[in-house]
Amino acid sequence: MIRLEDLSLSIGGWPVLDRVSLDLQPGITGLVGESGSGKSMTALAIMGLLPERTVTSGKVLLDGMDLLALPERAMRALRGKRIGMIFQEPMTALNPLMTIGDQVAEVLRIHEGLDRRAALARAREGLDRVGLPAPRFPLTLYPHELSGGQRQRVAIAMAIALRPDLLIADEPTTALDVTTQARILDLLRDLVRQDGMTLLLITHDLAVVAGMADRVAVMQAGRIVESGPTEAVFRSRSHPYTRQLFTASGHRPGRQPPPPAGPLLQVTGAVREYRAADGGLRALDGVGLTIGRGESVGLVGESGCGKSTLARAILGLDPLQAGQIRLEGQSIGPGHRMPRDLRARMQAVFQDPFGSFDPRWRVDRLLAEPFHLTGRPADWRDRIGAALAEVGLHPNNARKFIHEFSGGQRQRLAIARALIIRPSLIVLDEAVSALDVQVRAQVLDLLARLQADHGLAYLFISHDLSVVRGITDRILVMQAGRIVEEGPTDRIIDAPRHDHTQALVRAMPKIPADWS
Amino acid sequence: MLRYLLRRMIVMGASLLAASVVIFSVVELVPGDPASFMLGTGAQPETLAALRQQMGLDDPLPLRYAAWLGAILQGDFGTSFTYKTPVAPMIGERLQVSLPLAVLALVLAVALALPMGLHAAAQRGRVGDGLAMGAAHLGIALPNFWLAMLLVLVFAVHLRWLPAGGFPGWSDPLAALRSLILPAIALALPQAAILARVLRSSLVETMGQDYIRTARAKGLSRGQTLRRHALRNALIPVLTILGMQFSFLLAGAIIIENVFYLPGLGRMIFQAITQRDLIVVQSAVLVLVAAVIAVTFLVDLAYAAVDPRLRRA
Repeated sequence: MIRLEDLSLSIGGWPVLDRVSLDLQPGITGLVGESGSGKSMTALAIMGLLPERTVTSGKVLLDGMDLLALPERAMRALRGKRIGMIFQEPMTALNPLMTIGDQVAEVLRIHEGLDRRAALARAREGLDRVGLPAPRFPLTLYPHELSGGQRQRVAIAMAIALRPDLLIADEPTTALDVTTQARILDLLRDLVRQDGMTLLLITHDLAVVAGMADRVAVMQAGRIVESGPTEAVFRSRSHPYTRQLFTASGHRPGRQPPPPAGPLLQVTGAVREYRAADGGLRALDGVGLTIGRGESVGLVGESGCGKSTLARAILGLDPLQAGQIRLEGQSIGPGHRMPRDLRARMQAVFQDPFGSFDPRWRVDRLLAEPFHLTGRPADWRDRIGAALAEVGLHPNNARKFIHEFSGGQRQRLAIARALIIRPSLIVLDEAVSALDVQVRAQVLDLLARLQADHGLAYLFISHDLSVVRGITDRILVMQAGRIVEEGPTDRIIDAPRHDHTQALVRAMPKIPADWS
Repeated sequence: MLRYLLRRMIVMGASLLAASVVIFSVVELVPGDPASFMLGTGAQPETLAALRQQMGLDDPLPLRYAAWLGAILQGDFGTSFTYKTPVAPMIGERLQVSLPLAVLALVLAVALALPMGLHAAAQRGRVGDGLAMGAAHLGIALPNFWLAMLLVLVFAVHLRWLPAGGFPGWSDPLAALRSLILPAIALALPQAAILARVLRSSLVETMGQDYIRTARAKGLSRGQTLRRHALRNALIPVLTILGMQFSFLLAGAIIIENVFYLPGLGRMIFQAITQRDLIVVQSAVLVLVAAVIAVTFLVDLAYAAVDPRLRRA
């Protein structure tokens, strides 16, 4: 159907793709590899939406017609009609000022010349088809009135409105939580089956591909290093890079469970409500938890369950409305702000390694920031050097700016910043979720080592059980502002008791056990 | 939507009240008693005291504020010290020139800036962009009185198409409009240049958004995405600038009013300040503040019209 023949491309002289050949047949083809390996550029090359100053060679053949040689006008007629595409970030992929009905209808209007009324009628059918049925999801909704998963459904409705031959999905579920991911993947699978469509599924997640794709291509540094039927490729792992990816994605750092010690953090009866136009939202509804000294605890739940609200309360960023937080015996009641010396015993690492640093500050200043809680010691420069060394970066990085580092390095810097004032607890809010599997494995190793060295306690927050599995001793499962289940990590994952935990475990993408 | 409107209206009322307090106190604090100014330096102390009492200058401050505000709410702005005539009709007369001038200049500025900004953004990095932004640079750099003189030279002196100055009054609307055209152009060009630049950079930023890529993946051309998706999103910062420009044009046209001998608000305020006609200054400033607050309210309404996230807040 679509064939890539020796597709090479470079942007401003930088080689990005190197003789990529790929044959896309009806059904699902997975394209896996780490970020920067060229997966998205391959997709954009098929769409003819490459950035400026891109030089291409080779062919992208659709029914024997070379798309790379096609003029823009002809390419435009294919985009959205024969080739559809959905992207990673559903939160920003839709025009915020246009109703979802009009956005879906637009595809029909430009390609089929339908008038608005007819196009909207077809848009209605399209939205029904992707699981946004009529009375609950009127066409007049705006994107901000929908959740991330619902927005991704709108994006899918736009992409498949004209039943394209090829649908490209570039990390379509990476920004969604596991249960939503499972539902979106089910939807895509059904659509492919119903329409006899070809789906190119781009992801860094091997488990997603294992559960979805008929065929898989593994990409590294702009080349396809291995491809074939998914099961065969994943069983044999003949290419070393494929093996590396597998090792990394199943990686669990070697850890010793900490010796039992007294409680470090105790939260009891925590309540936090938000006022909203349509009544209130109880984000925390009587949450209680305990973290022991040197213990690593996972907090898992869907987006919107109250995880981040709880993290903010624990970090003293928002006061509670009822309940108590007790850290090393000192107690903070509702409505009270956390004193500095107490706050200094906790630090945080957040998800976004790009957004959590000031781009105009140098590393030494960034890392020294927590000292404002404790007072800056005379030997602060030495401490920064030591902190850098501890997270595996050379001390001579101290005078660099943040844009000079990769995502994984930035997350190491975030950890160094958290460590600098020797806290007893680090709250890690989706701290490795944005990282590639290999980088993630390294950062998890680093966290395990630091914990052993310093007797740190971790509160590891994630929507994904598979992420917290390797790094926690105990897991708390949260739903709608309450902790619904709590237990040792392996027990929670292997024998979940609460319905919600069972749903989370079911939704975890898995590589079939007998493939290894 | 209603909640948003109501909230904006409360803010508007509160700002007006606060502004009136500030304006009243500032004028009170300025040294120089209007009574002694009116009578000159050689006045008898008894006459001065009598006048002060007559003008109510001896009453306590809050009382005078209340009296002042109460009168203003009934449309009585007081009597000018210099001209001995009521201030309200004076301001009204001046607004008949300044308001149409500001509106005309703003309409012209938008009419110029919109195609220019769109064109520059569409041609980003190419010759068209460079030309448009070069012109905008020039428009911002040139002082508007120089532009005004140039316009007079070309269109009034040489071509004799339009009058060089003066204002005949609205009894002959066509003549009145003709006399406002050149000043409006002189005012509009620099504002158009600023608007065009803001619109271009806002458009360029918007064109980098994810939803633009989505629109392109649907099969829209670059031009279609620019007009159908980027423009509305890019308008939000432009509206902010537009509101500020209107406020500036209403009173800031003083130099242009002088070049064209227009009896506008700016000139009146300038004269009143030099003559220490405090009651005129006070009233005119209050009217201006009210206008600015009203425009801000309109801009807030425009935001809501553009952005559904505000409408349903």
